[in-house]
Amino acid sequence: MVDPISAKIRFEDVSYAYGKDTVLRNIKLGIPSNHITVLFGPAGSGKSTLLRLINRLNDLADDTSLTGRVLLDDEDIYAAGTDVAALRRRVGMVFALPLPLPGTIRYNVLYGPTLGSIQKQADLDSLLVQSLQRAALWDEVKDRLDSPANRLSGGQQQRLCIARSLAQQPEVLLLDEPTSGLDPISTAKVEESLMELERECTIVIVPHSVQQGARLSDYAAFLLMGELVEQGPDKQLFTAPKDKRTEDYVTGRFG
Amino acid sequence: MSRQAIQRLGFAVLTIVAVLVVAPIFLVVAVVVFRGLQGISWEFLTAMPRDGMKAGGIFPAIVGTLLLTSGTALVAVPMGLGGAIYLSEYAHDNWLTRAVRLALVNLAGIPSIVYGLFGLGLFVLFLRLGTSVVAGSLTLAMMTIPVIISTAEEALRAVPTEFRTVNLSLGGSRWQGIRRIVLPQALPGITTGIILGLLRAAGETAPILFTVAAFYMPQLPRSPLDQTMALPYHLYVISTQVPNMPGTIQYGTALVLLALVLSMNILASVIRTYFRRRRQW
Repeated sequence: MVDPISAKIRFEDVSYAYGKDTVLRNIKLGIPSNHITVLFGPAGSGKSTLLRLINRLNDLADDTSLTGRVLLDDEDIYAAGTDVAALRRRVGMVFALPLPLPGTIRYNVLYGPTLGSIQKQADLDSLLVQSLQRAALWDEVKDRLDSPANRLSGGQQQRLCIARSLAQQPEVLLLDEPTSGLDPISTAKVEESLMELERECTIVIVPHSVQQGARLSDYAAFLLMGELVEQGPDKQLFTAPKDKRTEDYVTGRFG
Repeated sequence: MSRQAIQRLGFAVLTIVAVLVVAPIFLVVAVVVFRGLQGISWEFLTAMPRDGMKAGGIFPAIVGTLLLTSGTALVAVPMGLGGAIYLSEYAHDNWLTRAVRLALVNLAGIPSIVYGLFGLGLFVLFLRLGTSVVAGSLTLAMMTIPVIISTAEEALRAVPTEFRTVNLSLGGSRWQGIRRIVLPQALPGITTGIILGLLRAAGETAPILFTVAAFYMPQLPRSPLDQTMALPYHLYVISTQVPNMPGTIQYGTALVLLALVLSMNILASVIRTYFRRRRQW
């Protein structure tokens, strides 16, 4: 278990339900700062829900109930009076399918910054370059920043979405199966850029396969039917799981 | 009969049915254009009517219809668009929104003469606006708002939810997402809806019958509280209420109304196709 002091994000006894349908039960988890944390488990285990609790994207669903606390830098992000928009600027998110907004590459990357305070052209320009570089997309698009984003390949679109999140200079980056629609080469590029990013950013990823989880993991948590079965540092869960269920899942006996 | 023959027969029947459906439209247009063109002249379009409308032009009726349509747009576009945005982007599914939706469907089915009577009661008499451009525009707007709301809502809903989610996940407010992504994407659909709604308003006779239309008024309205002539009502009057009316004037008026309405209709289609080609997702 991560020392709670060094955790960027902490789940304190979190249970979550859609109506009467409980999808997370008593989750206790600390997510280490500036590392890649892998949340994995079979479909319906609640990993996406857990991820969406961190940027409060689940607020959109009707009739949900949350007990326990979710802390970011020791502050309860569900406390009354929390500025949700500000929270989402600190916690970026990349979805399973690349979702470029209708518009140019430039428009996509700078969408977030122009929503808020940053208006100076020089700042925006440097942010554009920086974000695309950090997402390992700059070299491929530097000559066509003003062409429509949907002309990029799927892999490029997904890295564009990562760049779009990075332009907000987030402290945390959430990724929900970001490579599920991508070919192996694009997947490798995305993974590479994530390993670069962990130096400046806390990354939480739901991998699209156990193997991807094993490749990326600095810390991992295995979820099953809404329960956190096991968690551990490095590749421990993938190489030497302690719980029988984790072992069965990572060795492919079920899932 | 061989199967091929049956198929050919089937196609033939369907083709005939299709032609029968569109034939009346072409006939109406052809007759109106053919007989109407004889009545059209510069004077007809720009002069006041004379001799109990049997001579002169229909200028005040054209201006009246344009005024009423603009007045209708002024009221119906913001309200309709606002309603559509509320229903599509903000409203939760509860008894209130269900009631609003039910009302919208039913409003669209109300005969226009009922709107006319309601307008007479509410705007002309109760609010003391008199028979005036304002009262007529408001009555037409009431009839147009449901059309605009339902088409605009449909256009808004056609924009993928994911765009809204992305906007929120980047720290945007709901309104920022609407203004910067959803509205621009839905704009062609919304514009078409607005044009089609206004078009219907421009061609209606019944709602303006008691609320604004002047039988014979050879001058332009001088204030929004004045009466005005209007093309559909004028056409009704010269076709049924005045004996010995020259056919050229009747058909000329019909042609002007048709041209006005048809050109707006075509504009709507052009906007739709143009934007559909440019759509980016």
